Amino acid sequence: MQEKLFELIKEALEIEDRELDSNDHFRDYPEWDSLGQLSVIAALDENFGVVIEGAEFKKIITLGDLLAKVGELSAS
Amino acid sequence: MALITYRHTGIAGLAAAVPANTIDNYAYTQYFEAEAVKEVVDKVGIRERRFAPEGMCASDLCFAAAEKLIGDMNIDKSTIDLLIFISQTPDYRMPATSIILQHKLGLSKTTAAFDINLGCSAFIYGLSVAYAFMQTGGFRRILVLDGETRSRVYHPKDRKTAFLFGDGGVAAIIEKDEKYGESFFSLHSDGSKENLIKMDAGGYRNPSSPETLKEKVVDEQGNIRTDEHGYMNGADVFNFVLLEIPGNIKATLKMAGLEQDQIDYFLFHQANSYMNGYLAKKMKLVPEKVPSCIEFFGNTSSVSIPLTMASQMKETLTQPQKLLLSGFGVGMSWATCVLNSPGMFVSELVEI
Repeated sequence: MQEKLFELIKEALEIEDRELDSNDHFRDYPEWDSLGQLSVIAALDENFGVVIEGAEFKKIITLGDLLAKVGELSAS
Repeated sequence: MALITYRHTGIAGLAAAVPANTIDNYAYTQYFEAEAVKEVVDKVGIRERRFAPEGMCASDLCFAAAEKLIGDMNIDKSTIDLLIFISQTPDYRMPATSIILQHKLGLSKTTAAFDINLGCSAFIYGLSVAYAFMQTGGFRRILVLDGETRSRVYHPKDRKTAFLFGDGGVAAIIEKDEKYGESFFSLHSDGSKENLIKMDAGGYRNPSSPETLKEKVVDEQGNIRTDEHGYMNGADVFNFVLLEIPGNIKATLKMAGLEQDQIDYFLFHQANSYMNGYLAKKMKLVPEKVPSCIEFFGNTSSVSIPLTMASQMKETLTQPQKLLLSGFGVGMSWATCVLNSPGMFVSELVEI
């Protein structure tokens, strides 16, 4: 799942010059903005059937956190 | 549960008016770099918007649409027994704009009139109220007016909203006739999400003051607005739409006893092209069945659904169609209806 999620994030945020890491604070990416976030939301819904609401999403800091949350929600 | 079936009531005619003043969104660069503007405008898919010039209100747009429609349909004004004005940008805090419009339009003093204060869901809410009044038998014709000057609600230095909103007004004549068959409505609210789209000050909770009129930086991205301008948390609005709207549409179709592919046209609130595009894709709708006017007028809040009908479907709507309308936004408030339209009159778009 990690590989797929990271590919989707790269695609959604149009990151082409580097690989992503579980410890990345994705909000610090220069490509992260409100438009990029919309693409991430669509990608999570389309590929994992997962919608993470605002209060929950605020608690997610790293890509590893995001991976764990997507895993948890897509299993339920 | 607000699941409602109405009988023998429908939209006989529809007209829309927009300001002639046209904004080229790619050239809306007074506060942001052209490259950054292009990135936003490409994503939201709004090439042009209409801005009401100073002194022009939502009610003026509705007035122009109403006069056009009443004239085109040759309607005797004395048969209009109820006027409903839908807006969150009224002329005054009091009196209600609907009452001012009753007089301006030359309607009888026996005409009932009131306002409905809702946003993107409001055209469907307004239709539902009109259809409900019609069920009583006490009304011959109902004039539903829906207008917004949303361009003035948001601050041009807040990039989260600066490129989205536009102005417009519509008029619809509601009549009673067996040819309309049954129509199905579902209406919803979730006030726990009141902060997703909001204007914090200027009402009675936080009255207008020199402090609320001050421009200030409101986030890490450096966006600027006052407390009397609207703000929107776009990501959470998108989440809300994904969580609520497809299910609401399915439930309304079920109530109507219809399958999705039996609907001729799906008319969604025109929020932005990206979100609307994804919603249609998620619901597996073919683009031909999802008319849109966002490219030309932007997000006009409650006006966007009837403006899409009036500006993009003039000929189509003269023919019998099964229509599904779904509006969602500020509140949060959302509403869906399935209408059996035997054919309606649509006026030419008015520009003032």
